Amino acid sequence: MTTETLIWLIPFPPVLAFFLIVLFTNKNKVLSHTLAVGAAFLSWLGSMIVFVRALGVEHLGEHPFESSVNWLPTGDTWFRIGVLIDPTGAAVLFFVSITIFMIFLYSVGYQNYGQPQGDHDVKGLPPHGATVEEHGHKHVVPSVEPMYSRFFAFLGLFAFGMYVLVVSDNLLTFFVGWEIMGLCSYLLIGFWYAKPSARDAAVKAFMTTRIGDVFMLLGIAYLYSATGTLSFREIFTEETLQALATTMTPVLGLSAAGLIGLLLFIGTVGKSAQFPLHVWLPDAMEGPTPVSAMIHAATMVSAGVYAVIRMFPLITADFTGHGLTTTMSIIAFIGAFTALFAATIAVSQNDVKRVLAYSTISQLGYMIAALGIGAYVAAAFHLITHAFFKALLFLGSGSVIHGMEHGVLHTGNHHVDPQNMFNMGGLRKKMPITFWTFLIGGFALSGFPLITAGFWSKDEILADAFGHGYWWVFGALALAAFLTAFYTMRQITLTFLGEPRTKEAEHAQETPWPMTTPLVILAFFAVTYGWVGIPEHFPGLGGLVPNWFHEFVGGTLAEHPEALAFNWIPLITSLIVALGGLFFGWLVYRNVNSVSEDKLQIPLLKNKYYFDEAYDVLFVKPAYWIAETLVYKWMDQRLIDGTLHIFGPVTDKIGSFIRYYIDLLIVNQAVGDGSYKVTWWFGRNLRGVQTGRIQQYLMFALVIFMLVGAALYFYFRYFRLVA
Amino acid sequence: MVPLSWYLILAAALFSVGLFGVLSRRNAVAILLGIELMLNSVNINLAAFWRYGNVLDMAGQVFAIIVFAVAAAEVAVGLALVISVYRKRNTVIADDIDLMKW
Amino acid sequence: MTAEQIIFLVVALFTLGSGFMVVTTGNLVHAALWLVATLFGVAVVFALLNAGFLAVVQVVVYIGAIAILFIFAVMLTRKDMRDQGPQTNRGWWAGALIAVLVFAGLFFLLQGWNGLSKTAAAIPSGFDAVAELGNALVSPDAFVLPFEVASVLLLAALVGAVYVAFNRK
Repeated sequence: MTTETLIWLIPFPPVLAFFLIVLFTNKNKVLSHTLAVGAAFLSWLGSMIVFVRALGVEHLGEHPFESSVNWLPTGDTWFRIGVLIDPTGAAVLFFVSITIFMIFLYSVGYQNYGQPQGDHDVKGLPPHGATVEEHGHKHVVPSVEPMYSRFFAFLGLFAFGMYVLVVSDNLLTFFVGWEIMGLCSYLLIGFWYAKPSARDAAVKAFMTTRIGDVFMLLGIAYLYSATGTLSFREIFTEETLQALATTMTPVLGLSAAGLIGLLLFIGTVGKSAQFPLHVWLPDAMEGPTPVSAMIHAATMVSAGVYAVIRMFPLITADFTGHGLTTTMSIIAFIGAFTALFAATIAVSQNDVKRVLAYSTISQLGYMIAALGIGAYVAAAFHLITHAFFKALLFLGSGSVIHGMEHGVLHTGNHHVDPQNMFNMGGLRKKMPITFWTFLIGGFALSGFPLITAGFWSKDEILADAFGHGYWWVFGALALAAFLTAFYTMRQITLTFLGEPRTKEAEHAQETPWPMTTPLVILAFFAVTYGWVGIPEHFPGLGGLVPNWFHEFVGGTLAEHPEALAFNWIPLITSLIVALGGLFFGWLVYRNVNSVSEDKLQIPLLKNKYYFDEAYDVLFVKPAYWIAETLVYKWMDQRLIDGTLHIFGPVTDKIGSFIRYYIDLLIVNQAVGDGSYKVTWWFGRNLRGVQTGRIQQYLMFALVIFMLVGAALYFYFRYFRLVA
Repeated sequence: MVPLSWYLILAAALFSVGLFGVLSRRNAVAILLGIELMLNSVNINLAAFWRYGNVLDMAGQVFAIIVFAVAAAEVAVGLALVISVYRKRNTVIADDIDLMKW
Repeated sequence: MTAEQIIFLVVALFTLGSGFMVVTTGNLVHAALWLVATLFGVAVVFALLNAGFLAVVQVVVYIGAIAILFIFAVMLTRKDMRDQGPQTNRGWWAGALIAVLVFAGLFFLLQGWNGLSKTAAAIPSGFDAVAELGNALVSPDAFVLPFEVASVLLLAALVGAVYVAFNRK
């Protein structure tokens, strides 16, 4: 099978699983998860084969695997769609397929496959536990998710969307995959649809990303009308890029390339939860944890960054290397600001998943900022390493929550929130595998030197920022890195170190193998993946292992980016912030046992700078007002319905008028009754003629006869008409 | 030497008298009397025209003979009717025989 | 004024007077008898018109049969004694008026006819009116059909009168 055919086939196993589960195997849990996990495995296998083959191709950037077909007739030409795997695509395919496969496998355990059905579990609410009798006494164990198969169906659809997006060779199918993932995020965040908070979160996610999508679509439309094509290979030719870079638009003095890039970037702002469209991501924690891992690590948010990476040649079309263009400045600013902004919020969150959510926003800000300053390879590198350790952290947190829920079921106290870090503690002893893998992930996130992948990727971004002289970006990112390490250590300390703070934490236990195995595998990548991107000029290690990543992914661009000269300052800075942050985090929180002792529970931070409240007042309430009052009450009810309601009484009045004045009076009375009355009157009054007396009849007859005779006599006599 | 007009006027006068009788007598039999007078006046007219016209043409007299026959038949039937009504209603007053009244 | 005219006038007055009495007298028997007188006067008028046969037939048929019939009818309907009262009905003046109008109309019509003052032509000698009348009545070229039809009429009247007045007990 050719590589191109294989690339075409990669997205299909998950969507096939989706349809089969939805249509046929919904009731059968084993069949459903086998189909889903099997599909994820097949896609992973295909992706691996493609990746390995891609590694073997020289200058893959100039000769990528591509294949397209005629799809839409557009007058004389055809609109083509197809697949494209260039080096960036191959690298992204690698991590996407592994993380998706891991998440599918993890979900089998997370949704409690093999456990008994719950006592009073309803579809739409998280499972509550089942009472089992064992050796004479009862205890409550975790119960299987009632909507088990549906979950895998949705995951399959989600995976399909991501694969379509990754292998696309044109913006249209890219956008299709983008939107499919938007839909699936709605479906999965609101998976437990009976919870009002989940429903609201799903709508919020969809709405917020939609705002970004509208601008993205505008960008795509503008691009199509300016160039007549949406295929990446055709857009990223010298001539097209030059043409776009030199066409001026009336907006902000941007060139066409800049404007399109900005519009497409706004789509990323929505999808990757950058400021100001970041509000949906923390609420999206309402979904089951594998969903959070999927959305916030492996796929959806990465898709946003991937979009900017893909469109990098367009965004940098008028970048000369000295001084950022307007678009790039906006991108860099939003990225750096988001990174710092989200990190400050994360230090005050108490829910284990919320911390990770804000951490994701922050890390995405890193990548966006890197792209904004033109550090293509660094951004791609951080994207991939982040996917691994963030997925690891989310799945690990899911494992922690599962263990805590076990404790909750054991004690029966349902008022204890199994996700609140202040209810945990000492879990390293109860859940060792989870602890060690979570630790690795956390260190990677913080950028622990040398042995974690996060260090290499983060360091490269900082080096790029410093090396090209963007001090403000550098400063913001460094500060954010410090905070990242700090809150990560805070999280690890509160969750795993120390002693259990509640009974539920005491009774926590390790999760089964479908959940811990993916953790281990992802931890492996979180450690080793960094070593494929060691910069050339790194002291000591540089040059030992060739910077494969830089060579490979850098080959995607038309101009191969040069390796940066080494500079000590960014390296020292990153070491200080990472190790310092970790140390301080441990120092402060090893003795904090309750919320009241935590000095960082600053209301401004805890309430996320009141952004949700602000949006509510600025946008949501006016929208409701427009919908409920303006449109519904005034326009629909009063104006439209009012107009319609006029018809009723008016018709009634007209009808009454016709009835009473015309029908009754004229037709009925005058004509109908009138004719009978007149006839009756004549009859009654003329019947007197019929006396029954012959002599009177005779007299009448004679009188008439004489009159007629006289008339005829005179007529004939004087007009002489008688022959 | 009697002009035709005298006979005709006589007939007209007799006719009018008969008409008066028909129109204003109460008794049904008296009405039939009036009718007889009228028929007789017609006969006078016919005979006069025969005599003062073409004597050879007997049409006038034949007509008068037919009128006789008709008058006889009419009187017979009429009086039979009056008698029959008298038997039923016990009256011969024309005004009382008003079953055809509205 | 010739003798003919005087005789005519006398006869005419007699006839008209009797006629008038027929229609005005209260007693019905008297009315029937006055009718006899009128009929007799008419017979004389026929005789004056040289219609001898008609005169005789008038006396025999009219007076001999019809007038008698009238008297029988009057007698058969005498149970009601009301014929002693006024014999004219309520609207008699309208009848009188109409009668006068009819006469006036006829008179007026007669005035406009110029053949009015014709005198009688002489009767040709050897002219037998009766024989001619007989011929006319039975001759197929003449009036045999009306004659036969009149017979049928009389038969019908006879049957009808018997049927109508038949007293079923």
